Amino acid sequence: MSSAPMLVPEEVAIRRPRVRGLLSQPLAVVGLVIAVGWLLIAIFAPLIAPYDPLAQDFPLTQAPSREHLFGTDELGRDVLSRVIYGSRLSLPLALLLVALATALGSLLGAMAGYFRSWVDPVVMRTTDLVFAFPAIILAMVVTASLGPNIRNAVLAIVIVAWPSYARVVRGLVLSIGDTEFVHASRLLGSSSRRTLVHDVLPNLAGPVVVLATLDLANAILLLAGLSFLGLGAQPPDPEWGSMVAVGTQYFQYWWMGTFPGLAIFTAVIAFNFLGDSLRDRLDPRGVSRGKHQGVA
Amino acid sequence: MSLLAVDELRVRVATDDRPLQIVDGVSYAVDEGRIFGIAGESGSGKTVSVLALMGLLPRGASVTGTARFEGNDLVSMPSARLREVCGREIGLVFQDPLTSFHPMLSVGRQLTEHLRHHYGTSRTDARGRAVALLEEVRIPDPETALERYPHEFSGGMRQRIAIAGALMCEPRLLIADEPTTALDVTVQAGILRLIDRLRRDRSLSVILITHDLGVMSALADDLAIFYGGRIVEDGPAEELLAAPRHPYTRALLEALPHPETARGAPLHGIPGAPAQPGSLPSGCVFHPRCAYAIESCRTEVPELRRIGDRGLACPVDPFAP
Amino acid sequence: MARDSAAGTESGRPRSRAPWPFFRFLGRRLVALVVLAIGITFVAFVLTQLVPGDPALSALGPVTSADPEAVAAYHEHWGMDKPLPVQYGTYLWNLVQGDLGVSQLSHQPVLDDLRHTIPATMELAFLSIAFAIAVGVPLGVIAAVRQNRASDHALRVVSLAGISMPTFWLALLALYVFFFRLDWFPGGGRLDPGTTPPGEITGLYTVDAVLHGQFSLAWDALHHLILPALVLAAFNVSLITRYTRSAILEVIHDDYVRAARAKGLPERTVVIRHVLRAALPSVITVIGLVFANVLTGAVLVENIFAWPGIGQYAYQASLELDLPAIMGVSLFVAVVYVTVNFVVDVLYGVIDPRLRLT
Repeated sequence: MSSAPMLVPEEVAIRRPRVRGLLSQPLAVVGLVIAVGWLLIAIFAPLIAPYDPLAQDFPLTQAPSREHLFGTDELGRDVLSRVIYGSRLSLPLALLLVALATALGSLLGAMAGYFRSWVDPVVMRTTDLVFAFPAIILAMVVTASLGPNIRNAVLAIVIVAWPSYARVVRGLVLSIGDTEFVHASRLLGSSSRRTLVHDVLPNLAGPVVVLATLDLANAILLLAGLSFLGLGAQPPDPEWGSMVAVGTQYFQYWWMGTFPGLAIFTAVIAFNFLGDSLRDRLDPRGVSRGKHQGVA
Repeated sequence: MSLLAVDELRVRVATDDRPLQIVDGVSYAVDEGRIFGIAGESGSGKTVSVLALMGLLPRGASVTGTARFEGNDLVSMPSARLREVCGREIGLVFQDPLTSFHPMLSVGRQLTEHLRHHYGTSRTDARGRAVALLEEVRIPDPETALERYPHEFSGGMRQRIAIAGALMCEPRLLIADEPTTALDVTVQAGILRLIDRLRRDRSLSVILITHDLGVMSALADDLAIFYGGRIVEDGPAEELLAAPRHPYTRALLEALPHPETARGAPLHGIPGAPAQPGSLPSGCVFHPRCAYAIESCRTEVPELRRIGDRGLACPVDPFAP
Repeated sequence: MARDSAAGTESGRPRSRAPWPFFRFLGRRLVALVVLAIGITFVAFVLTQLVPGDPALSALGPVTSADPEAVAAYHEHWGMDKPLPVQYGTYLWNLVQGDLGVSQLSHQPVLDDLRHTIPATMELAFLSIAFAIAVGVPLGVIAAVRQNRASDHALRVVSLAGISMPTFWLALLALYVFFFRLDWFPGGGRLDPGTTPPGEITGLYTVDAVLHGQFSLAWDALHHLILPALVLAAFNVSLITRYTRSAILEVIHDDYVRAARAKGLPERTVVIRHVLRAALPSVITVIGLVFANVLTGAVLVENIFAWPGIGQYAYQASLELDLPAIMGVSLFVAVVYVTVNFVVDVLYGVIDPRLRLT
């Protein structure tokens, strides 16, 4: 019994995550609004964009004006339309990427944590290896060797991203599997699989959701970074990262690089706001604290 | 004049839902060289009341009332001065000797840092004093002990070290919050004997907080029984424990398993659960669990009446002699 | 006055204070490091096997590869006509001797290329990391100590923004504002065009220039360093702030903090000596993370600032599929990362005496 004053009765056992009341956090609201905003822009791009993103009909490198709010680029294309259509590349790809990484990583991590034996060391050493390579180097090498296009970029980032989930899920499975809660359930006769599904999985959801949301932010950044280096999306695709790359070459025409970068920034920050606020609710113990090799 | 005189101490804490009244009008006095026991179950406010005196409650806690320590009121003292005064004149021993030590600082560091801060003592002198105190609390090889870390010691040893640490600045008052609860039964007696001996050797005043009435009977000179943030009975310990008058005290004593009870005799518990702040019953806090409650117990808050050298907060007084 | 050691043995405590458990701890981490390094070489090797075509042709260049003898010699050197495990063995053997192959682009030994590019990145990295720690840790402490007050919320938003900014975009903006518009800083490169670098001692221009007494040269080098280092630091300052904050919040309610206050220690001492020290392991963890981030960020920053570091090298190598170079970079980077983790683990043991028992 703790000597700390019993201010509020302590909650024992496994806590159910509380999503209700999330909206009271301004950060979450802002993040959600921006994220939904971008999703809508992506969906309704053809209706919103003033011009065809690939059309090279306009005067070259014009500063922002009323006809071209974001100006035009070096090939005479409207930057605003390209930025709008860029959301159709970055966002769905990032979502796909995170979904794949989450699925793969969680599965492997759960298996490692639940079945132990040889599965555990194999999975863990693999994650160690992947962690040893900084994301971008590994991604660069993979895309370069498989061919620089956006599909390979996605693949490369999935390879880089899944270990975080594996680690988190494995840790959770191990700690939850060890609680008296689960032991009791087993004693009462639940089979292994039933215990896994009914008792262990629901408590995994919180930290994994937090990790996925924050990873979405990183995925957008990494995807843009690879495209910036020419290893992801290829011209003439209006990918934000590659647009910034071109903007670097023509940096006296500041609008060419600034606006796409701003798009990346706002999309990423939306998911970071959201993920950070979710973390307070769904993962109070901070299990999803990113990838690092602890002492254990 | 008493060393410490607490009058109408109230502690209210703001939480997410609504404010909780944790301590609700507590008054007692601790005299020099005496051991004052505060007994009660969890949630009774016994620890909070003491933390409030020392200004150790988190922000958002409001404390009212007075607590005159050596003539100065602690409650209204500005926090910087309060910290100085308490650090020098009051030693505090926590319940869990593992978590109340910093895991990464050596024992020597943790024993000497406050002495050096308050009195500017040199490192050598402070260490010398620490060694002397460690000897007094019967820690073997005290010089080496200074270089060790808390996790290298057993629970009982750690508690002894904690007591030594609390005495480094020669305080007038030692507050021990559940000092033996986290320890093995076999080790407890040793700690209690230690506290008693130290009290006698230094004319130290002690506030002993515990839920264990057995411990109380061994050590305390005076005793106050806390329940629901209030004192329900107080007085000289021996008298009170021999002839308790409040239904709660009596029930507590009866709940203690007695070594001479006949085998197979049922254990007495107190029906219901201890009152928790935020959901306190109206009137007398104990009335829902009391076998002697009458109608007025539900509506009127009983005052702590003085009967000779004892206090009793029960208008019914079913055990009056 | 020394105590009679007989008393020590009586109580059953060991007399010697040699930290054997700690050495065992170190030893285990070292073994893990070696195992990981070997695993990394294996992965690097496998990666290169994925690339189709005969690497000899691209390694030797179009002229030399017309010569069948040269091609055969290349195959011989790398054991390419032997089965895969033998190839791997040959590769490892060459590696141990310092032979990382020859870069296709520069036609220099990869080892030499690395030796030239690594100091450039290290200079950038050190300045960047130092700045990130110097700013990030105090900000994290402030945010934690003022939890849920206005300053904490503001710092939270700012640091979330910091980790959301694409490094390359920030670099572009920095270049545009500070170079193009304000002309406060140069637009790239390590030195002004036409300047001779200082004689090579460490490879770090600032340090070497100072060691040679060429102070204006040192200033030139520093001047070129500042903008890319700051851009590189932006992400990491935010990361460190957040991690420090949560590390402190995790320990600030622990009992020993309250005990320290009860002793009457001033709040400043409590925060620095007790709270920060307890939070230090987590802070060190994030600094380890920062090292990895810096390498990632370096690729982008070096690209924009035309910095001849290992990031640029890796990038060029990836574009041209310069296999020996890619392998060399991968190995270096992974070894650095693993070493950093090793150092971090060691530091854990130094800071937290409880870990020395494991």
